[in-house]
Amino acid sequence: MRKLMTAAAFALPIFGALAMSGGAATAQETLKIGYIDPLSGGGASVGEVGLKTFQFLADELNAKGGIQGKKVEIVPLDNKTNPQESLIQAQKAIDAGVRYITQGNGSAVAGALSDFVTKYNERNPGKEVLFFNYAAVDPVLTNDKCSFWHFRWDANSDIKMEALTNYMKTAPAIKNVYLINQDYSFGQSVRTTARAMLAAKRPDIKIVGDELHPLLKITDFAPYVAKIKASGADTVVTGNWGQDFALLLKAAADAGLKVGWYTYYAGGTGGPTAVKQANLNHQVFAVGEGIPNVDVPGAQAVEKALRAKYDFSLFYPRAVNEMRMLAAAADKAKSIDPVKVAFALEGMEFDVLHGGKGVMRKDDHQFFQPIYIASFGERTEKEPFDEEKTGWGWKLVARIDTPATMLPTTCKMERPN
Amino acid sequence: MSEIASHVAPPLPAAADKFKFYGLWAGAAAALLLLPQIFTSGGSLTTFSLIGISIIFSLSYNILLGQTGMLSFGHAVYYGLGGFLAIHAINIITANKLPIPLPLVPLIGGLTGLFFAALLGWVSTKRSGTAFAMISLGVAELIASSALILRTFFGGEAGISANRTKLLRLFGWSFGPQIQIYYLVAAWTLIAVIAMYALTRTPLGRMCNAVRDNPERVQFVGYNPHTVRYLAFCFSGFFAGIAGALAAINFEIANSAYLGAVQSGTVLFATYIGGVGFFIGPIVGAIFVTFLSLGLSDLTPVWQLYFGLIFIAVVVFAPGGITGLLMMHRPLLKAGTLTQMLPSYLMALVPTLAMIVGLILSIETIVHYTVNPGDDSHIKAFGVSFDAASPTIWAMAAILLIGGFGVARKTWTWVGHAWDGATSVAREKGIAA
Amino acid sequence: MLELIVISTLNGILFGMLLFLMASGLTVIFSMLGVLNFAHASFYMLGAFFGFQISRWLGFWPALVIAPLLAGAIGAGVERFGLRRVHKNGHVAELLFTFGLAFVIEEVVQIIWGKSPVDFRVPPLLDFPAFTIFSTNYPAYKMFMLLVSIVIFAGLLIVLKKTRIGLIVQAALTHPHMVGHLGHNVGRIFMLVFGVGTALAAVAGVIAGPALVTQSNMAGLLGPILFVVVVVGGLGSLPGAFVASLLIGLVQTFAVSMNGSLAGAFGPLSPDYASTWLSDIWGVTIAQIAPIMPYLLLVLILIFRPMGLLGTRDT
Repeated sequence: MRKLMTAAAFALPIFGALAMSGGAATAQETLKIGYIDPLSGGGASVGEVGLKTFQFLADELNAKGGIQGKKVEIVPLDNKTNPQESLIQAQKAIDAGVRYITQGNGSAVAGALSDFVTKYNERNPGKEVLFFNYAAVDPVLTNDKCSFWHFRWDANSDIKMEALTNYMKTAPAIKNVYLINQDYSFGQSVRTTARAMLAAKRPDIKIVGDELHPLLKITDFAPYVAKIKASGADTVVTGNWGQDFALLLKAAADAGLKVGWYTYYAGGTGGPTAVKQANLNHQVFAVGEGIPNVDVPGAQAVEKALRAKYDFSLFYPRAVNEMRMLAAAADKAKSIDPVKVAFALEGMEFDVLHGGKGVMRKDDHQFFQPIYIASFGERTEKEPFDEEKTGWGWKLVARIDTPATMLPTTCKMERPN
Repeated sequence: MSEIASHVAPPLPAAADKFKFYGLWAGAAAALLLLPQIFTSGGSLTTFSLIGISIIFSLSYNILLGQTGMLSFGHAVYYGLGGFLAIHAINIITANKLPIPLPLVPLIGGLTGLFFAALLGWVSTKRSGTAFAMISLGVAELIASSALILRTFFGGEAGISANRTKLLRLFGWSFGPQIQIYYLVAAWTLIAVIAMYALTRTPLGRMCNAVRDNPERVQFVGYNPHTVRYLAFCFSGFFAGIAGALAAINFEIANSAYLGAVQSGTVLFATYIGGVGFFIGPIVGAIFVTFLSLGLSDLTPVWQLYFGLIFIAVVVFAPGGITGLLMMHRPLLKAGTLTQMLPSYLMALVPTLAMIVGLILSIETIVHYTVNPGDDSHIKAFGVSFDAASPTIWAMAAILLIGGFGVARKTWTWVGHAWDGATSVAREKGIAA
Repeated sequence: MLELIVISTLNGILFGMLLFLMASGLTVIFSMLGVLNFAHASFYMLGAFFGFQISRWLGFWPALVIAPLLAGAIGAGVERFGLRRVHKNGHVAELLFTFGLAFVIEEVVQIIWGKSPVDFRVPPLLDFPAFTIFSTNYPAYKMFMLLVSIVIFAGLLIVLKKTRIGLIVQAALTHPHMVGHLGHNVGRIFMLVFGVGTALAAVAGVIAGPALVTQSNMAGLLGPILFVVVVVGGLGSLPGAFVASLLIGLVQTFAVSMNGSLAGAFGPLSPDYASTWLSDIWGVTIAQIAPIMPYLLLVLILIFRPMGLLGTRDT
């Protein structure tokens, strides 16, 4: 009996705490940005890095007096990488006075949020909310399913592939390419665009394999590596991330597979560790909008400051661009009203963190910026920064300028009056 | 367990109780109507809608677990399929301008759940116990994985979305605003709860209980336990489908997460925590777990730890669930000895609360030092700010935790004595504990 | 072709043995105590992290011994102070208890070691290719993994079937009161079984940690596959679990190596159906569905042979 009573005592304070938390204040002296990403569960390691990056950037803006005199506050909201949960969190954020939400992990979540924000704004005129996407790269978000209320700062996967293939066409050593990707929308789009673009730019390259494997379910990649090896590939193109990337590289290193790896997410959390463990010195290439070792003083200063504060590097240069552009757009509109800011952002040109001009294209709200290809391995004195305490760092291989990354869009945007 | 189970199907209410009985339902309906007048924010309306959905889903699960004694690890399959069909139905209705209003769409979800339960149920329910649990696990994994392969129907991991406002309108309701969705969910919740309650009173409902308690005996009296399990499974799938369809309408999207293990696990949690032995148990559990999963992550970054600890505490200290805990007091209430308990409860509450506060303080301080050592040490957890670097806080946490634990142990022994006293008085008065 | 068959067989055996390594502890607990221990994967993760930490301080080999002992002690504590209290409330209560425990362990691991993967390396002594076949290297570490699996299998079998302790344990499971009357402490036997089971999980963790990714979500990612191994093999049957692990490893590996699909076998689908769900089924390759094969196997086994491959009693 006694034990049963204890449980009652356990339950009571929780209800009390829940009751207290009900009345969230809706102060307007701050500009609140709802950060909706996984902060618990499997995706938490990535979500946490993003959160700290945004908080760092908010501090940076606040040190300069905030946006339009308003203090910037990042409101962390844990979506557990679940689209439904994200919508609940978005609703909660809106209740708490958030008019800007940002998210990046998972195109499924981004799709759901973009859809939610569009419907919400349609049904609640005057209370519009903007959705800033900093990392979800499914092309459909700025094509068939584009929305006026959605802005994307990351290059979508087609743009990255455009940049990657523009580099690959200049590398004559590449003859036999193997595609291995995760079996979901992102992996599928990497695979189809890689096929199409390689066929157009380097018809002599043979696609010797095209594999899709289930997302985050494989513990042993040895059979896949056996297939790659049997195909005689000299280059592997993969969009894999997280443990699917790490385990693939480990299995390849174990089996002694010697190929060039063209990847999207070798720079993601755990990626550099995996490359170092597999001992693939400058054989792994990654495509992205900036690397720590680009010789641009402004970028290196941010990199240094972030590393001094946290134990990770700047994974999201696009987050820097996002926050700084938000400030610039608010200044341009002389308001933090989301609708005015949205119009100010359209077509806005901006000097991106790693140098060069970027532009937020009006037609589809996709940001275009210079794209970098880098390889990971031993450093020279030109590369001051290493990654994840491995001692190895990113070396610049190629830079593709903004015009060479422009792709057409199928977006037919509905604009508010 | 069997002692608790006997409460599931109390005898039909006497004529005098009938007024009370219908009054209860009318009161529930009135409460549902009034709730949004008190809490008006969008977030609370969403929360209420989710609770309603969760109530239907948990009750449908309890048809299996509590009433028929079948532990399923894959109940979300029927919930999810109901959701998907509902979304497809909305899209088809919109495209063809069919004269079907939104409030009828959950029925489509329910029929989908029924269809798939009928399809998959016969082989699954051949056996009960672990074999059933494992088959349900296998089927759930198969269907959840196929959802990512059959892209045209399930829309891959992005899922399928729909717009709920473009259907035939009744009384000018567009179902755009959350308040209208709330009323839709509330109405369906009430209907489903009444229907499921009625189900427990039918001969089938009683046979389910019999199959749970003694399948061999059921065979002797001429029933096939397999058939009974199968029928229970079908009903359960039907109501799960309704819940799934309502969820799909609420979010206007259906995706593979609906079908997944997390969803199946959550409903098992909610049902068990609420108490499987009572009809009302899953309702309490649904409310509790929904609040917990929505609110806890706002209060503390390590909510999973508390989530796990709370579940462990409930499982260890309240095997009958929350409802079981409350229902224990019914004989005391009837005997009028409940007041005897209050002083000892109050006495035990103080050190227990102190212990919990101490525990929370220690956890949050440790988390601060291991996870965010570089951050400002003034942290906020459970809505209270404190300085994690201050030695006073450390000392306080230690004293509260250790002192609270020591004193709490003592006081709970007193509660035990008081309880024994109160129950023996009740027993003397002829009220069964 | 021969190359692919040889390599796939080898890979299949290696993967199967890794599965057995992870599942052996669960077989012991599940088949002997009847506890659906959902926290088993968490103990596996604990083993990996303990192994990582201890190998930093003392090296890999001491870690291989100490980490499982630590995890086993925690497991025994969990049985003694948690599960035993819950036991009288039935299997669902035990299961939910382990569910809650899994949450707690994951969060505690995150608090201590963070959420990112840790750099747990293969010991230098085993960091070389053992042999090369068809120009594919097989690392010595994988051979070590294979060896440990077989040793554990043989060891458990001998202990259970041939020693006095094994006989008492087996008797205590079916006739606890009788064994109690004979003067044995049944509670302690159960605690011991649970402790050994969790220690075995931790052994798997220490060994799999460097080969896979040691991260706080590794328990969750493992999923219910271990239950499949135990049930397919047959409850209470250690050889069954061994055979089931091998079978699942081989089935999955061979499936991955095949590119066949309905479209490949019967030609492309007529364009009329191109945008229906039929086209999805038509285009799916065997390799794509490889990871769900074990679950298919589970369902089929439970329908047609509910006692499992080598099991003797009905699940």
